[in-house]
Amino acid sequence: MSLAFDDYGRPYIILRDQGQKKRMKGLEAYKSNILAAKAVANTLSSSLGPKGMDKMLVSPDGDVSVTNDGATIVEKMEIQHPTAKLLVELSQSQDAEIGDGTTGVVVLAGKLLEQALTLLDKGIHPLKISDGFDRACDVAIKHLETISEEIDIQANEHEALIQAACTALGSKVVSKRKRELGKIAVTAVLDVADLARRDVNLDLIKIQTKTGGSVEDTRLISGILIDKDMSHPQMPKEVKDAKICLLTCPFEPPKPKTKHNINISSADDYKKLYLQEQQYFVDMVKLVKNSGANIALCQWGFDDEANHLLLQNELPAVRWVSGTDVELIAMATGARIIPRFQEITPEKLGKAGCVKEVQFGTSNERMLVIENCQCTKAVTILIRGGSQMIVDEAKRSIHDAICVIRNLIKDNRIVYGGGSAELACAIQVLQYADEVSSVEQYAIRSFADALEGIPCCLADNCGLNPITSVAQAKALQLKENNPRIGIDCMELGTIDMKEQKIYETLSSKKQQIQLATQVVKMILKIDDVIAPDDY
Amino acid sequence: MDIVGNVLPQVLKDEATEDKGEMARLQSFVGAIAVADLVKTTLGPKGMDKILKPTGPGQEMTHITVTNDGATILKSMYVENPAAKILIEISKTQDEEVGDGTTTVAVLAGELLREGEKLIQKRIHPQHVIAGWRIARDVALKRLRDISTENDINSQEFHDDLVKIARTTLSSKLITTDRDYFADLCVKAVLRLKGSSNLDYIQIIKLPGGTIRDSYLDDGFILKKQITIGCKRRIENAKILVANTAMDYDKIKIYGTKVKVNSMDKVAEIEAAEKEKMKHKVDKILKYQPTVFVNRQLIYNYPEQLLADSGITVIEHADFEGMERVAAATGAEILSTFDAPERSQQVLGHCDLIEEIMIGEEKMIKFTGCKKNEACTIVLRGASTHILDEVDRSIHDALCVLITTVKNKRVVWGGGNSEMQMAAACEEEAKKVQGKQAFAIEAFARALRQIPTIICDNGGYDSAELIQNFKVELQKGNQTCGLNMIDGTIGNMNELGVKECLRVKEQALMAASEAAELIMRVDNIVKCAPRKRERA
Repeated sequence: MSLAFDDYGRPYIILRDQGQKKRMKGLEAYKSNILAAKAVANTLSSSLGPKGMDKMLVSPDGDVSVTNDGATIVEKMEIQHPTAKLLVELSQSQDAEIGDGTTGVVVLAGKLLEQALTLLDKGIHPLKISDGFDRACDVAIKHLETISEEIDIQANEHEALIQAACTALGSKVVSKRKRELGKIAVTAVLDVADLARRDVNLDLIKIQTKTGGSVEDTRLISGILIDKDMSHPQMPKEVKDAKICLLTCPFEPPKPKTKHNINISSADDYKKLYLQEQQYFVDMVKLVKNSGANIALCQWGFDDEANHLLLQNELPAVRWVSGTDVELIAMATGARIIPRFQEITPEKLGKAGCVKEVQFGTSNERMLVIENCQCTKAVTILIRGGSQMIVDEAKRSIHDAICVIRNLIKDNRIVYGGGSAELACAIQVLQYADEVSSVEQYAIRSFADALEGIPCCLADNCGLNPITSVAQAKALQLKENNPRIGIDCMELGTIDMKEQKIYETLSSKKQQIQLATQVVKMILKIDDVIAPDDY
Repeated sequence: MDIVGNVLPQVLKDEATEDKGEMARLQSFVGAIAVADLVKTTLGPKGMDKILKPTGPGQEMTHITVTNDGATILKSMYVENPAAKILIEISKTQDEEVGDGTTTVAVLAGELLREGEKLIQKRIHPQHVIAGWRIARDVALKRLRDISTENDINSQEFHDDLVKIARTTLSSKLITTDRDYFADLCVKAVLRLKGSSNLDYIQIIKLPGGTIRDSYLDDGFILKKQITIGCKRRIENAKILVANTAMDYDKIKIYGTKVKVNSMDKVAEIEAAEKEKMKHKVDKILKYQPTVFVNRQLIYNYPEQLLADSGITVIEHADFEGMERVAAATGAEILSTFDAPERSQQVLGHCDLIEEIMIGEEKMIKFTGCKKNEACTIVLRGASTHILDEVDRSIHDALCVLITTVKNKRVVWGGGNSEMQMAAACEEEAKKVQGKQAFAIEAFARALRQIPTIICDNGGYDSAELIQNFKVELQKGNQTCGLNMIDGTIGNMNELGVKECLRVKEQALMAASEAAELIMRVDNIVKCAPRKRERA
């Protein structure tokens, strides 16, 4: 423990409650940090690749989820070690930025840390290591860009996009139906994509889950599905050529925001007030009806009387529609969200071909589908599956696939998967290492080794001999100068990833290497951990 | 500590655990198989029931349940094992989706995992097992669809099929001796729905007393309420007004309203105004000229008296479901405002006769000859509430299956026929597949065959011999053979009239294999530290 003394030799306190804090310094701190981070990476490494396994996670409340998605695993593990938490954030930032490759990024960081540990044992200063990693990372990224290829996303009915989605879905439990689900994801993204601006607003794709059936029954609805039903059981279950009035005010007497009191002091007042109250409802319904609307969707509740008036006026209505759904419907149908009844005008109504109630299973659950919206730019993917866990995992998988497709629309450059890109970068980094005359050379070389760790891990998960298959692929890459040679995970008989059609986006790979390097650098800079003792 | 002697830092929280590889897999298998073993004795016509007893203090905790229904058993169990939870989950989904086969689905998933465990012990990688299962599942599903038959919805054959399916479903339940009676009852109830799948229209009323055989289907509609005192007890050619409106003092809905008066006179005035408001409302209702008034909410004495004085029969406090059923049955509109008496013809419901009847000791209101004849009521009688609850669940199962059949129309032979056929298809396929996957396909076939085996075992028959004979019979090309659980032989399902709904089998197959796959893919179980509960 650090103690300081003043001029008279009396000790004084630098850290409060020093005795109750745990402190690690120097090499001990480096090693402890690296080991903790490695432990997380090790857990994830068996999830990598098409033959990767899943993790079963039990939440503090006993809920079970089974998943293959790196970001979800580390999030639900409830990690408490401070440096291990950095890896959690690493995975999550990959998820937020790219959406896919959340496992790969953590595994790569783990491999880098492993290499750093041996370098530390050799006595190389951590900052030199991180400098070396940094330079190697630049080289790798540059090389990635040179080996990347542009693909034509339009060609052959968007075949390239479907293949990329299949690559993303290949490692998940839904892999059996990856082609069908890939197609669904591609169609969904293309439906809402703005190809001119190369932008996709993912908010327009709604993913709704419902247990029952099997994953095969998952389908794309060109419209919006909301988990609500008509407010009155006797309203029509189907409205054709719907003109939708989207309200964010309740069918109730107004509630002014300022505090007020209405005092009734005579029977006359009482009667007047009653009439006034009745009038409110009649007016509200009339305003909606007069605008030409034939269905009203409301974010709030209805009074019983208003509800019946709606029925009486043959105006089907839906109450308690969630805020996000309201926005989505507004975007899809071209409706303007109307905050006050007085402002309802015919121009503000949204149009849709059909609004109808659909029923599922025996438990009498109904949902509302809004189809053929005026501006068809909103779709729903309805995911079905045998149990809640399957449905949840399918949702995460489809989200990944959608993100991959979006990234390809933004930037249509790809690299090939199966560890081939990492291997190519490793070769390049290794060559570069020989040109560096300082200590960093070792770190750069180690970086190359760490990159090789990814194909190694892939091969290991697929039951192949990692050393032989990586050595074979590496030799072939050098001999043929072909950066597309990787690991044949699916045992298809070829190790050229172009033939296997394993596409990954350049942006995802770039991001993976950059983020992993950054986090490793950060961990390497920590030489002192001060923490309260009690955890 | 790791191999080189470094102290590994603690990454997870204190009470969290992480199991990897073999340990994780072992845990999943043990949990899933235990759940499957627990419910497997309830399978088939000779299956046994379970008593569920809740733990914990309190009066309601002493209420026990006796049941044969897989979903009910699994739902009420508290398990900690995560794999077991997945099995419970699929059973619940099966219940929601098709209503029956809840035991089968859990048992099938358990048996698949039991076979899977053996393969893992033979050092076959889980991914290979899964690859094999996927092939097997597709083959099985194809065979299942191939052997199913379809009849026209209006034909007599279809009607017969429905009765047979209901009989098959009910045969494993408590009411197996009266299954013909109940099968007929259920089919009649479902056919009244005319293709709609809204089970809400079939009301089940449970009344202790009498025997199970005293249960009956009433084609009218029975509301478990009483007619208010002072009204007519029997109304012919009734015009019914169904309402959901406040008939107490009708509070002011405008926000922030307060009544503030400064003298007693004013209080009296307001009271009078309030009374007048009620009278006004009653007057408006009277303009519709109903003969019966049904309200969801309470009716205060004053309006009740006013209505009764006008010769209207009043039924108050009908709950939401009851009100919706009355509306559906009589074709009435549920009203909350009463300002359009000219629409009287449209909004009033009609029925030929409303009368108060006594079932057992309870008074109820019966609506007969309703305008729209969709709703109906099944009155269940029985010696105790436990029996009634179980009969209710059984009838519910049967109704669900029938509704699913009406929607899907395809049927397969029962008595284990479909499982054996699927198993045979898988075995044929296994011969054609190269690689280790073939073992998994065979394992899938064995798991499927376990279902009829367990049914035999539960009946106390020699399953090994029966199943082998069954196999041979199928091989001979006898497509309709199946287990005769009365004699313990292989019989003709066509003659015995044992049929099942395709959709139920399909769903069970898909859900079970999906769940087994999900569990098989797991190689790591992380349990978070349980949330600390603060004691109040």
